[in-house]
Amino acid sequence: MRWGNPSAFSFQLGFRLPKKGHTLHGFLSYLHAHFHALRLEFWGLLIGGIGSGIIYAMVAIGYTMVYGVLRLINFAHSEIFMTGAFAGYFTLNYLIGDSSPSGITSILLIVVGILAGGLTGSFFAVVLERVAYRPLRIRKAPKIAYLISAIGASYFLLNIAAKEFGRIGRGITQPYENHTVFTIFGATVQMYNIIIFISAGIMLIIVDRLVNKTKLGRSIRSVAQDSETASLMGVDIDKTIAMTFVIGGFLGGAAGFLYAMNVGVLYSMGFTPALKAFTAAVLGGIGNLRGAVIGGLILGVTESFTVVFFSGAYTDVVAFAILVLVLMFRPTGILGELIGRSA
Amino acid sequence: MNFPTIKKFSTQALTILLLSELAAVITGPPGSADAPWSGVQGSITQKTSFFGLFIVGRWIFFYAIGIACYVVALSLRKVNSKTSALKTFRSSYNSITDNKYFKPLALVAVAILAILLPTIISDPFWRQAMVSQIAVFILLALGLNVVVGFAGLLDLGFVAFYAVGAYATAWCTGALPMPPIFGSHINPFFTIPIAIGLAMVSGVILGIPTLRLRGDYLAIVTLGFGEIITLFANNLTGVTGGAQGTKQIPHFSLHLGPLKYIWGLDPAPYYYLVIGFVIFFIFIFFSLEHSRVGRAWTAIREDEVAAESLGINPLKYKVMAFAIGAASAGFAGVMTAAQSNYLTPATFTLYLSINILVLVIFGGMGSIFGVVFGAIVIQTITMYLIHSPPAGYQAQDLYIYIGALLVIMMIFRPAGLFPARRRHRADSDASRLEDSNV
Repeated sequence: MRWGNPSAFSFQLGFRLPKKGHTLHGFLSYLHAHFHALRLEFWGLLIGGIGSGIIYAMVAIGYTMVYGVLRLINFAHSEIFMTGAFAGYFTLNYLIGDSSPSGITSILLIVVGILAGGLTGSFFAVVLERVAYRPLRIRKAPKIAYLISAIGASYFLLNIAAKEFGRIGRGITQPYENHTVFTIFGATVQMYNIIIFISAGIMLIIVDRLVNKTKLGRSIRSVAQDSETASLMGVDIDKTIAMTFVIGGFLGGAAGFLYAMNVGVLYSMGFTPALKAFTAAVLGGIGNLRGAVIGGLILGVTESFTVVFFSGAYTDVVAFAILVLVLMFRPTGILGELIGRSA
Repeated sequence: MNFPTIKKFSTQALTILLLSELAAVITGPPGSADAPWSGVQGSITQKTSFFGLFIVGRWIFFYAIGIACYVVALSLRKVNSKTSALKTFRSSYNSITDNKYFKPLALVAVAILAILLPTIISDPFWRQAMVSQIAVFILLALGLNVVVGFAGLLDLGFVAFYAVGAYATAWCTGALPMPPIFGSHINPFFTIPIAIGLAMVSGVILGIPTLRLRGDYLAIVTLGFGEIITLFANNLTGVTGGAQGTKQIPHFSLHLGPLKYIWGLDPAPYYYLVIGFVIFFIFIFFSLEHSRVGRAWTAIREDEVAAESLGINPLKYKVMAFAIGAASAGFAGVMTAAQSNYLTPATFTLYLSINILVLVIFGGMGSIFGVVFGAIVIQTITMYLIHSPPAGYQAQDLYIYIGALLVIMMIFRPAGLFPARRRHRADSDASRLEDSNV
């Protein structure tokens, strides 16, 4: 975070708004200097942006799939992300101990961490669906009841994690040696980036195939399209909705672990990435799996570039401003809402 | 015993076990960063006294309570069909509340109690809490009730209006780094209309772009706005004083011609001022609810498309709900700023928004009496937990209970303890079914 000099009337946006003593020329030269910085750091920022974007994409798929079948924003998805990160943290701390793994052990450890995070995420997602959503669904409750129930469940999980795991952040013992693998146009690509790209890429492809090619995927799409007709055709609605939560929860939990490998774990870690992932889901068109991935990548890269212009404290505002603008001017997102259709 | 019976029985026993152990963990000792599982382990294995009879592990204690609760619930449900204790209680309760003298008598009793309260309570903690944590929260809950209960808009950033009211007060009295709006010697009496006006304007500004959105999008956008307000209050050091907070805000005072009065350190005068405004806002909101505007809100809440086809402009009425709800939150902000003399952004967090929401949900969305009742009960319990915490309770644990309460209310009693007469359609259907069983 860059902290400005606290003085009256200086909006601490990293730059001073043009006013007394700040001529238009000065403002333009400020912009010029920052665009120059952007040009210098372009590739580094792009790689960092794709790295965070692919994590947003994984979380966004959870939002988008649940939205597809229930027409509901799963507010507690941020806590699923958090539980996945904690599960990965505990598993790796237990397995690694004092050793410093390398080679094939590293790969195995990362796979185990992803599985631990993902399965925990799935577990909590299913419990959440059973406890907080299913009773309301049976009663055909109004939408506001779902939202309140989701918020309550989210706060319950968040604060119980805070109570049991402490309120200070901790880093995960790295299961691999982070070093520069190669350089592209002067920007370094770290081991961490490669791990994220490969593991997230594999998971995203598997989910895409799962939803588009399998019987389960077909039942999910049919429930998303018209749940009553789907149930008349012999689709088990309860089971399909539970499986949707399993898939979304797995991706969310695994994304939590991947995110935590870089920044560590904290009980409140889910809020900001989840809000951004939701933005990504809306940006790509909610209910649309590939839209969620594209939205995540666009959001990650945009956010990464804006760091040059704004101080770090305001990067969250940028993502949020994108959310409000998209909702106001193109609520169906870039690819459009494609709930239920093959995409 | 055949297999399905055994299976059903064991499933129920396991469910009770899980729920009661969850309760044991929630109420148990906290874990720490160094030994994260010690909290869970401790809350299950620690010894506790079973009502002074013998010493058992906590897990047995909680399982026994869980089974007892289950048995009681089961027996209540069984007798329910014909003549039950619950039914007798309900009918006698109804015969009391349906009496035509009940409402005026209850109102007079409540009014007398409210007037005498500062003379009854002498503990300084409770004297303070009765203003800053109970009376002010009644105002906040009343305001949120207009938005959530009347108009059916889930606003998770309601704390933003509270913050605007409080910071507007600080601004008018010169406690912010920015120079005050009308010079430094404004009559403090006028901070009330200025703060309420600014809160209402911010409601309109926030409302016009966001209230076009669907209900669930609105919730997440207001959630983000609430968070961003805190972010700006923390980082715009030149405007708000940043994370350090404001300078000292003078106590509230009145100089109107011959009238001169300064609200000092004693909470009692503040209490009367806030209660006066609570009555004022209850009157306004009650009249609004039964006016054309209130009926328009109900129509929008139940079916926006149908309301629009009847010539109601949804955006106009939704923005109105936001602005009117913000007014009472803005006044709550004035009182908080004037009484506590000092503001930091740490007061105005998302947690507070959820806290206000639970007051509304618990009492009954859309029911003014229910909301006031919910605010008094929940805030009193909260304050009691802060005043004399039970063993193993930390201040932040409150939000575990609040989260659980929100889910439980939505599952079992979505209309709240005192449902509004003009209820949400689907909820009233559900409770009508419930009533016909009794």
